[in-house]
Amino acid sequence: MYAYDELDRTLINERVEEFRDQVKRRLSGELTEDEFKLLRLQNGVYLQLHAYMFRVAIPYGTLSSKQLRALAHVARRYDRGYGHFTTRQNIQFNWIKLAELPDALADLAEVGIHAMQTSGNNMRNVTSDQWAGVAPGEVEDPRIWSELLRQHTTLHPEFSFLPRKFKIAITASDHDRAAIRIHDIGLRLHKNADGETGFEVLVGGGLGRTPFIGKTIKPFVHGRDILSYVEAILRVYNQYGRRDNIYKARIKILVHELGIEKFGKEVEEEWQQLRDSALTLDDAAIEEVRSRFSYPAYEKLPHMPDELKQAAHDPVFERWRKNSVFPHKVQGYSIVTLSLKPVGGPPGDATAEQMDAIADLADRYSFGEIRVGHEQNLALPHVAKRDLPALWKALDKLELATPNVNLVSDIIACPGLDYCSLANARSIPIAQELTRRFANHDTAGLIGRLHINISGCINACGHHHVGHIGILGVEKNGEEFYQITIGGRADESAALGTLIGPSVPYAEVADVVEDIVEAYLALRDSPDELFIDTVKRLGVEPFRERVYATR
Amino acid sequence: MTSPLEQKKIRITGPSVVTANRTRDGVVIYRTAQRGWSSRLADAAIVRTSDDARALLAEAVADDVGAIGAYIAPVEIKDNGEIAPGNLREHIRSQGVTIELPVPA
Repeated sequence: MYAYDELDRTLINERVEEFRDQVKRRLSGELTEDEFKLLRLQNGVYLQLHAYMFRVAIPYGTLSSKQLRALAHVARRYDRGYGHFTTRQNIQFNWIKLAELPDALADLAEVGIHAMQTSGNNMRNVTSDQWAGVAPGEVEDPRIWSELLRQHTTLHPEFSFLPRKFKIAITASDHDRAAIRIHDIGLRLHKNADGETGFEVLVGGGLGRTPFIGKTIKPFVHGRDILSYVEAILRVYNQYGRRDNIYKARIKILVHELGIEKFGKEVEEEWQQLRDSALTLDDAAIEEVRSRFSYPAYEKLPHMPDELKQAAHDPVFERWRKNSVFPHKVQGYSIVTLSLKPVGGPPGDATAEQMDAIADLADRYSFGEIRVGHEQNLALPHVAKRDLPALWKALDKLELATPNVNLVSDIIACPGLDYCSLANARSIPIAQELTRRFANHDTAGLIGRLHINISGCINACGHHHVGHIGILGVEKNGEEFYQITIGGRADESAALGTLIGPSVPYAEVADVVEDIVEAYLALRDSPDELFIDTVKRLGVEPFRERVYATR
Repeated sequence: MTSPLEQKKIRITGPSVVTANRTRDGVVIYRTAQRGWSSRLADAAIVRTSDDARALLAEAVADDVGAIGAYIAPVEIKDNGEIAPGNLREHIRSQGVTIELPVPA
């Protein structure tokens, strides 16, 4: 966990009072909606179909049990008893009242949580690997760098009015769980030939109506230079990014139009003005941030405790363990993913009761720490293996032990037309139907790793472009239709999916997905060949034939 | 928010209402014939011409304190006179989400 200092606490508290005054002036009519809109967006407040939506930042997806309880409290007291975890490690509340928002913010501020820069054309929440600090083989904890960037970019006056929103993600592992290649800036922490720590810097990734995979702008930037290099990118973007057309305003368009070489040259020139300045991070500055992260006092524990050996006789426990429990860098410990994708449930939602219970379990089994992943699941990052059987029983009672992590029913979905004012079609009911179709966990296990991502409009909050199977809702003559892509992925081999054919109506989406999965099972060259690899090997044609032969 | 320039382009092809969200809590509301707002679609003022729609919207937009994001939405008038939302989006705004909420209301 990272401990905020006095400056952070003062900043958050002052922001609450500032927003309280702004809300008061809005409700009295002193501020018009046009004047207020910018202010509310800078505090994570959107207007959706039924109500205001309030997005709260969870920096790099790390939460303490105390913070999770505060989120549960907000859900219960100010909303309708639940929250929705997003693909950028934030949480959204869908039924918040403007008049009560300042009180909700004040309650969150008590535990160091805020909503600054969770919307608006500024630097958004810096996201990272939900296994940061505990993943085996990681170069080092990427959250140290996430935090340095968070501090530098929070309320940075030069970057508070960018051409458009701006998102950074950081990973420090070979396997990219942070989806860095679909971010405005993606940072991959690694070591160079001299053993120095630095970053491969990618730029211009993003989804939405014009999707691009990020391109490497510099293979290695030393850690001490990362603030100046990121600032150089932002300055070039701020100067040349288009403000005349919202659809062409993201940095990905600028990088695409200039070309990565020319864009890189502009950044390099800017960087030469900035590097070796006050932005250079000396060891003391890095250590200061590093020292504010606390790590558990791990015990020396056996690799295979008796409790685990005994529980292994229970096939239901074993299925969950094999699916949802992952290796930890410390012997005797595990990372446990809590599936927020129960069969028939809305992906990524957690009730206040579940949040409180998870906080209790985190205190008991995970040194009081919880993580949020961009796949809309939670994780307990420090669970002793001896505690796995007891934890599993507790999670099962809470409907948080569905053994479907990374399987076909572990669906990423945006809120869609049920909540969102931008959406053209519903996402959640499609996801729910698919989880019912693939409710048999044995079958899902045989299918293997398969990511389905669903967006209710071209803005792609559900990351449909990079789903192994991507589903995009569109509107045709007042009816909901869905375009299906296959072959997308968001990891270190990120790729955009390919459309398999004409869009299909709402009622046929689940049938089409079943057809695609059946085609894969017939086409794969062995049970070990993953769906995504079969698509890569054969292309989309065999799947297209299967889906459209009878339609 | 609909700007006066956009209002000039308004063309409706059937019965319509003006809808918005209530400023203090975001609740879906409909402009009534009594120059007020109601959370019930049944209370909405129905307009049938583009001129009337434009006028009703202008009146609604003028209430910047009470309502946010006013716009014209299509409706259907059933044989029994009941007003029904004219598309799925408006149906969801009027009737609520089409899914079961994680915590029943």
